[in-house]
Amino acid sequence: MDYMLSEDLMAIRDICAEIAAKHIRPVRAQLDEENRFPREIMGVLAQSDLFTIYIPEAYGGTGMGSLALCVATEELSRACGGIAVSYAANALGAMPILLFGTEEQKLKFLPPLASGEKLCAFALTESEAGSDAAGIKTRAVRDGDHYVLNGTKQWITNGGEAQIYTVIAMTDPTRGARGATAFIVEEGTPGFSYGKKEDKMGIRASSTRELVFEDCRIPAENLISREGMGFMVAMKTLDNSRPGVAAQAIGIAQGALDEALVYASGRRQFGQRIDSFQGIQFMLADMATSIEAARALTYSVARMIDSGKGRFEKESAMAKVFASDVAMKVTTDAVQILGGYGYMKEYPVEKMMRDAKITQIYEGTNQIQRSVIASALIRETAAGAR
Amino acid sequence: MTSRLEILSDKCVGCGACLSSCPLGALSLDGGKAVASPACSLCGLCVNSCPFDAIVLHHVIGGASGLEGFTGIMVVVELRDGRPDRSTLELLGEARRLAGEDRRVTALLVCAEPSDIPGTLIQYGADRVLSASHPALAHYLTEPYAAVLLHAVRTDRPEIVLAAATTQGRDLMPRVAKLLDTGLTADCTELAIDPSTGLLMQTRPAFGGNIMATIVCDRTRPQMSTVRPGVMKKLEPDASRTGPVEHLEVCDSMTASRTVLEEFVPSGGTEVDLTEAGVIVSGGRGMKGPENYDMLHELAGLLGGSVGASRAAVDSGWIPYPRQVGQTGKTVQPKRYIAVGISGAVQHRVGMQSSDEIFAVNRDPDAPIFTFATHGFVGDLFEVIPALISEIKRRRS
Amino acid sequence: MKFVVAVKQVPDTAEVRIDHERGTLIRDGVPSILNPFDTYALEEALKWRDKLGGTVTVVTMGPPQAEAILTEAVSMGADEGILLTDRAFAGSDTWATSHTIAEAVRKMTGVDAVFCGKQAIDGDTAQTGPGIAASLDWPQVTFVGRVREMTDRSMVCERYVETGVQVLRVALPAVITVLKDANVPRIPSLRGKMRARTFKPVAWGAEDLGLTPYETGLEGSPTKVVTTATPEARTGGSIHTGTPEELASIMADLLLGREDAR
Repeated sequence: MDYMLSEDLMAIRDICAEIAAKHIRPVRAQLDEENRFPREIMGVLAQSDLFTIYIPEAYGGTGMGSLALCVATEELSRACGGIAVSYAANALGAMPILLFGTEEQKLKFLPPLASGEKLCAFALTESEAGSDAAGIKTRAVRDGDHYVLNGTKQWITNGGEAQIYTVIAMTDPTRGARGATAFIVEEGTPGFSYGKKEDKMGIRASSTRELVFEDCRIPAENLISREGMGFMVAMKTLDNSRPGVAAQAIGIAQGALDEALVYASGRRQFGQRIDSFQGIQFMLADMATSIEAARALTYSVARMIDSGKGRFEKESAMAKVFASDVAMKVTTDAVQILGGYGYMKEYPVEKMMRDAKITQIYEGTNQIQRSVIASALIRETAAGAR
Repeated sequence: MTSRLEILSDKCVGCGACLSSCPLGALSLDGGKAVASPACSLCGLCVNSCPFDAIVLHHVIGGASGLEGFTGIMVVVELRDGRPDRSTLELLGEARRLAGEDRRVTALLVCAEPSDIPGTLIQYGADRVLSASHPALAHYLTEPYAAVLLHAVRTDRPEIVLAAATTQGRDLMPRVAKLLDTGLTADCTELAIDPSTGLLMQTRPAFGGNIMATIVCDRTRPQMSTVRPGVMKKLEPDASRTGPVEHLEVCDSMTASRTVLEEFVPSGGTEVDLTEAGVIVSGGRGMKGPENYDMLHELAGLLGGSVGASRAAVDSGWIPYPRQVGQTGKTVQPKRYIAVGISGAVQHRVGMQSSDEIFAVNRDPDAPIFTFATHGFVGDLFEVIPALISEIKRRRS
Repeated sequence: MKFVVAVKQVPDTAEVRIDHERGTLIRDGVPSILNPFDTYALEEALKWRDKLGGTVTVVTMGPPQAEAILTEAVSMGADEGILLTDRAFAGSDTWATSHTIAEAVRKMTGVDAVFCGKQAIDGDTAQTGPGIAASLDWPQVTFVGRVREMTDRSMVCERYVETGVQVLRVALPAVITVLKDANVPRIPSLRGKMRARTFKPVAWGAEDLGLTPYETGLEGSPTKVVTTATPEARTGGSIHTGTPEELASIMADLLLGREDAR
């Protein structure tokens, strides 16, 4: 389907496709196998200016916006969901600064992110606080012109690889979610170290790691927005980043469909190509249709975000839920079409199926997303907006 | 060799600055303007000496005087570890064949110390050796070797100059051909002299080996070619052959170089030389991965051969480049060439089609390799090759 | 530093089909691409420009459509492009091509180094680089697998030869021809693509370069192609099918025939 993408967006897509062909496809299976972060590929993405697209021109970026980020993430995910999330997680990590940072913070932290000289990560989740952000245990206590952080963040994408972290910590535990505050923590700050590196089912080329804060003193000017705004910062950040997860899901699904189509045209059983069997044909048709529907929804939401008008947490959640469910279904069907070969590691679809699963889970499980959608519906109805 | 020196009369003020720049004293003043005598060798030194940009050296391709007085074939000798390289011996054989009764083959030997090399060159087909030796010529460097070859061609005036299309020949020859204002044909696989015109017909593959082009150099001399190693046949050495060895004066100025060899790192001694192998077992894209080459090594071991590869396999990083056979790799002519999982694209074919017998194993009955293989086997290489290995072992036990 | 990269637009030989009757190429529908070997030359020049500062100018000789490869080079990061285009250039062999490109380099003035690909995939001659060096009376290093270091006065190159690696220090200005071992060419960047959209190359013809008809194009080319033909096809022999064991048995007969007779 033609989404009337601008020349810039088509350029982004072409660049990502070329990077995928030359740098990602040849190594994705190995990175997955070895659980290894694609540092060289991050360098390639940087050289091609892909880290500039979500950062405004004033801070060294190209300011292309949400749809551009979706297009890039989708095209990279088509080759490898793990590498793509390592890329997209930078936008997530930078989002608190982009949305709520002071001019000084933006001038200091965004240019090295735009150039790709530094990577970024967002740290919200803890062992006892996933979707329930109010359960955060990490403490930040003011001490003169510093804050002292103590606690452990868990499952942080780009953990150990990024140099700049946006971290949500409690400044006033008595106030629950309203006692949370966002901070910028730089790698190398005394008291900040990395903990356990996770061994995951999918997206294994991405790094997922604990961040450990032990009397970690950070300058007060690294506070984002105001004390108590942390929950708000986190929610707005996730609202903005969810279309990125949707784009990742669409890319993974498209990659699986590509593989299924090629396989079905080459595989012969009972003397004919298996794509001549109606059973296979209907599966392929449903896979393609659902991907296109997910893409149409996601691009629409991204365009809505880029237009700068109105609230979009409901639409953003819808895109994430729908696209990630599509990805899980499509990748499972792709494995089915490839049959026994699909289950083997020689073919990439089993990895795609493993990679797809996380999109239903992270940045808010699909169950939480449905709650978000439902609350928005109820609120809008109450306000007479519908 | 048909350049022309022009003195622009509107710019020349007759200052005489150019007169002393000419090593041959070929410039003089006549009527307040500089003029060049026929002694001018078109070296161009005066061009830079003129403060008024009044002297221009025109390069002109063609012209009546360009073809006269050139005779014989000159072969540029390439040494490897102090001995004539195999490619040079092949060239001498080819030059001798081309020369027939009418022409003389001159081997140009550029080296530090000729020792007994001239004798070898004559045994392999040279009629005469022109030996240019100087301590500075101990190893190949572009500028000194180019200066020597230029000097040799200008004084000896060969009709044809041949060098091997090695990294040396392909560095040296285009530089010299440009300076001589004559044509050069690269990487020829076939040479012939047209009986009616006497022109050297130079045939070479182009467009990745898809096309064989025949090229002539009909308006300038000498006619220059680099020739692909491994294609021409060398002669059996004939110890009874004799011929003169002449020395070509090398003056120190010819050895000046703006390039300095700081270090030479020889490649590992274990390097295979596919061009010497009697049996080659080559794997292509169908091998699927580097680990599967083990069985090719085993098969090659059983047959006393070496392992080669197609470009697809080398580009995928499965096997190193020295083993690549084809247009951009090595040209081989073993007794038996066993192509495993190689489709037989033309770029591969040009590198191995001179093999005595070609065996091909491929799953795809429509693979182009079957159109030129001597023995084609349609089957899955992952089944056929292990079966072949055990069959050979069984028969030998 | 002022670097020049000489590039060529070539038909994608992987897509070329042959008219066997006429022994010629069927060029219709064959995409034209930037000579793959030239991308390594371009990357090497860009890499050293990024390190040492300066500019990279790409230059090509060809028909007006050859502008496309200059645009591609700009999207990869080249600063300027020069298109040498003139009917007078048509039919140039390597002598005339290197002569013409050398004149362009001379006209640019102040150039520190010219980078060329090892060879073009259509002609495979590898002669233009040395030809340019000869025309300019500059030193040359061909088959460069790695540029180790560079200053404004010299560079140190690894030249890959049959028996090993020559490490050569060459005084600048110089011409080098680059192998694919040297680097991994960068992917076009977003900013490069945005710039390429409005890029227009400088166009120079024979007159701009002060070239007479005797030193460029067909007239200025000492060599000419007299015939083309498709390579002699070796006719296929026998084709065997069967189980792996049957095939292995036939192959063993053929391969070991002489051993058995012993």
